[in-house]
Amino acid sequence: MTEQTSSGWTAWLITDSPVSRRQARLGQYYRQWLAFRRNPAAVIGLTIVVLLLLAAAFAPLLAPYDPLAQALDKRLLPPSAINWFGTDSLGRDIFSRVVYGSRVTLVIVLLVVITVGPIGLLIGAAAGYLGGWVDRVLMRITDVFLAFPRLVLALAFVAALGPGLENAVIAIAFTAWPPYARVARAETLIIRNQDYISAVRLQGASQWRIVLRHVVPMCLPSLIVRSTLDMAGIILTAAGLGFLGLGAQPPIPEWGAMISAGREQIFDQWWVATFPGLAICVVALGFNLLGDGLRDVMDAR
Amino acid sequence: MNTNPAIIVEKLNVSFGDSHVVKDLSFSVASGESYGIVGESGSGKSTVLRVLAGLNREWGGDVTILGSKQPKVRDKAFYRAVQMVFQDPYGSLHPKKTVDDTLAEPLAIHGIEDAEARIERAMKDVGLPNSFRFRFPHQLSGGQRQRVAIARALVLEPRILLLDEPTSALDVSIQAEVLNLLQALRKERNLTYILVSHDLAVVAHMCERLLVMQFGRGVEEMTAETLAARSPQTAYAQQLLVASEGFRRQTA
Repeated sequence: MTEQTSSGWTAWLITDSPVSRRQARLGQYYRQWLAFRRNPAAVIGLTIVVLLLLAAAFAPLLAPYDPLAQALDKRLLPPSAINWFGTDSLGRDIFSRVVYGSRVTLVIVLLVVITVGPIGLLIGAAAGYLGGWVDRVLMRITDVFLAFPRLVLALAFVAALGPGLENAVIAIAFTAWPPYARVARAETLIIRNQDYISAVRLQGASQWRIVLRHVVPMCLPSLIVRSTLDMAGIILTAAGLGFLGLGAQPPIPEWGAMISAGREQIFDQWWVATFPGLAICVVALGFNLLGDGLRDVMDAR
Repeated sequence: MNTNPAIIVEKLNVSFGDSHVVKDLSFSVASGESYGIVGESGSGKSTVLRVLAGLNREWGGDVTILGSKQPKVRDKAFYRAVQMVFQDPYGSLHPKKTVDDTLAEPLAIHGIEDAEARIERAMKDVGLPNSFRFRFPHQLSGGQRQRVAIARALVLEPRILLLDEPTSALDVSIQAEVLNLLQALRKERNLTYILVSHDLAVVAHMCERLLVMQFGRGVEEMTAETLAARSPQTAYAQQLLVASEGFRRQTA
């Protein structure tokens, strides 16, 4: 509510008659931000995601200890002022490991989204716009991938590629793209018959130009929303692979692997598995809330 | 104004699956003429327009536009000569593109150099103030949107404009404005129009000749004078005329 005294900047942003392309775009974004800000759950989600980003960026400053440094004389200490989240079975500080784990999680999530989003979008938009045999071939391939449960298919890929962080990312990416292609295709089927697409066809635009410059921008909001909502699932799949020992390999502080390591002590030393579990839970929740908020803002028709 | 026909349609047939929507339709439109096609919903009038524009690629017969026989897939030169204005201004503008983007796109596709000047001219011609240039469609009214759609069609400087019920989605006061704008533009640029409408009053106002269609066939071709004198030859055209008047009497 600080915007009551609308300064020159906000007036410039929300003006009805912008004078340049850039001002029109920025104004559009600013309006969306105003709508986003009205949704408290979405703001909480955004806060969590921003905190995750900050934790990952400033991990060396935030973590009091080296996440890999073992101290066998300090094994399995409960949470205290010295070790905020306690220590694990090798005497490593769990708080430091959780902080550094945010980097691993972010790398996985971003790599998966960066590879999956464009692939799904292009396959879906091409299938939906071109139709005919292109559509049939692409969608049957998509169906094949959709036919397997995600974690099981990821397990099969990791088993074939060998355990490790990179292979986990590849495996998750392989299993995550089909729903994106589906969403993009469904959107495209609606968009392709709109008059504004007929109008660009009438201007003599090539099919690629129509798909990339006119269809894709319309699919983008729902895919961005979908990928934010999906991030929680990606984190959980990565954690699942880590838990099974097929994701990040020790001593990398990956949250799922940390839970797995704390499994044996879960009744006597609860903190070992609980804190990384809470981290997964909070971050997954954050991405979900953010996705929900974005959907309200961006998907509004 | 020369007398060479701008558009000649001979024995045009269009089918969608089992339904035969345009049957053996023939007509010609002189250069600089404004030609109306009227008929009830489903008479095939909009389909004729989509065939002429090259949006519908499944048809039989001969279509000659500006002296050249048209193939099913048109070339770029065709699109510079023939443009179309759609019925629904809420659906015909890309919701994520500003007026400027919309008008710049055809110029970019055809690699036209003086884009800036052309966009400014097109906006001026359709009566849109410059302050609208970077607005999104959702910031415009229906009439303003239709002006943008007309500007988009004009920006390539075509010789033929296909109008698919350009005013039926607008409210009555705006309808007259847009129709007068189209009239003025035709005079100024010596354009050839084909106007499709179900509204006889609009066609009578805009066109010199018109064709009445029913069930995919051309029923009767007449001049605006015949329409004004209320003396069409065929029963169906009579019926259509009476129906449009009857409707008016009830609402008045």
